[in-house]
Amino acid sequence: MAKITYKHHDGTEDVVEATNGESVMEAAVKNSVAGIDADCGGACACATCHVYVDEAFMDKIGEQQEMERSMLDFAENVQPNSRLSCQITVSDALDGLVVTTPESQH
Amino acid sequence: MDLSGATRIVIIGGGQAGAQALQSLRQGGYAGALTLVGDEAALPYQRPPLSKAYMKGEFTEERLYFRPESWYQDQNIDVILSTRATAIDRANCKVTLAHGGQLDYDALIIATGSRPRTLPAKGADLKGVHDLRDLSDVERIRPNMISGNRMVIVGAGYIGLEAAAVARQMGLDVTVLEMAPRVLARVTSPVMSEFFEHEHRAQGVHILTGARLDHLDGADGQLAAAVLADGTRIEADIALVGIGILPNEELAKDAGIACNNGILVDRDARTSDPRIFAAGDCASRPLVHYGRSGRLESVHNAIEQGKLAAAAILGKPRPTEDCPWFWSDQYDLKLQIAGLSQDYDELVVRGDPADRKFAVFYLRAGTLIAVDAINSPAEFVASKKLIMSGAKLAPDALSDTSTPMKDIAAAALAA
Repeated sequence: MAKITYKHHDGTEDVVEATNGESVMEAAVKNSVAGIDADCGGACACATCHVYVDEAFMDKIGEQQEMERSMLDFAENVQPNSRLSCQITVSDALDGLVVTTPESQH
Repeated sequence: MDLSGATRIVIIGGGQAGAQALQSLRQGGYAGALTLVGDEAALPYQRPPLSKAYMKGEFTEERLYFRPESWYQDQNIDVILSTRATAIDRANCKVTLAHGGQLDYDALIIATGSRPRTLPAKGADLKGVHDLRDLSDVERIRPNMISGNRMVIVGAGYIGLEAAAVARQMGLDVTVLEMAPRVLARVTSPVMSEFFEHEHRAQGVHILTGARLDHLDGADGQLAAAVLADGTRIEADIALVGIGILPNEELAKDAGIACNNGILVDRDARTSDPRIFAAGDCASRPLVHYGRSGRLESVHNAIEQGKLAAAAILGKPRPTEDCPWFWSDQYDLKLQIAGLSQDYDELVVRGDPADRKFAVFYLRAGTLIAVDAINSPAEFVASKKLIMSGAKLAPDALSDTSTPMKDIAAAALAA
């Protein structure tokens, strides 16, 4: 289990208890967190679950694969801490994770 | 017709499109009565994993569901499962349900999806012969996915080939029967067909193209073999039929709504009745990047039309119409498709299929209309943008692997 905070561009936030093994995207969708569209359901095919990861967790969330990197190459408003939340797997090590959603996923 | 004052919205069909419409309506601020009628027993779930990771047992059932049951309660959505809608009374704005109940609507979304084409051959009703469409189909198939069992797959479309990959990885003896001279003949180019045939054969799948099934042979009501027109007999413990789908348009047609291989809708997903919308596999829609209409069988389409219908009902601006996109997972291959390749007049291969990482671009009059990208996400994503822009592309620029796809796209978009 890991507590994950999703911060939004309008200043609001959602805090979710995520289950190990699911993705940060799935935890958001199942808890009705707005701002993460996840159109492809986690197949790393659409880049609509883009988030900015809190710097403190960058080394704990696992390496980016080529598929994800390429999807992000063409996404809008990409920053060095951009990730696709469908590619981040929840584990105890991510307890306290903070991610920020972009203003738009499209 | 302005429907923004609607207080009773009914959605028929609990697949990807119906689930999206629910979400978009509530997210868009709709606070009125919202009812979902679905003929399956399960809450809305993702279908793509059924022929992929879920079939293989690498994906739990719980993960298939878009939302937990509590979400529907929290959102105050009335969910009626295991129930078919049998008629739409347009004059009185009522939907009749199979058990006789009726639902009043101010706006209605038909998201009834599609059904598998049934095998027009003797023996199609034998025990051991399955479609692959619903969660319940996979529940029946999975107990037979045992190493050493013999599986015959009728139809080498995406569903059939995905199932073949899963079955082979689980140790089954797999034979794929395809009537056309090549696999994926309806949906892609000979280059891609050849690539996938080679991959599946290398994995030990028996692929028989130009194979005409005569009938399925049984013993005591149980499947025993597939028999081809030329007399070839292929012993089988289980058969999967994947020979295409048909739109579930009858409910609309019977109500006098215009249909033609799908329920006809405009760019807002609105049917010929201004209070009624159709979304997903069941709808035939304008394909704005292609100057024609047609039916799309995809997640992207279901999501987009769910959003379009919700926006139109709520009187919000029309969401962007993306270029159609699709994907398929087979073994360690990820195929990503953008656009529609029918009617291409030029084909460009970027990279070498032997590397199992390449892309096939389809052009028409110098404009990119589609791409099939194997383990090549950059080519896929760039192509989506290029297709939507209508940019002209030189074939030799596309095939030049020394220039990154991102740069090729940037140059074409700036031109």
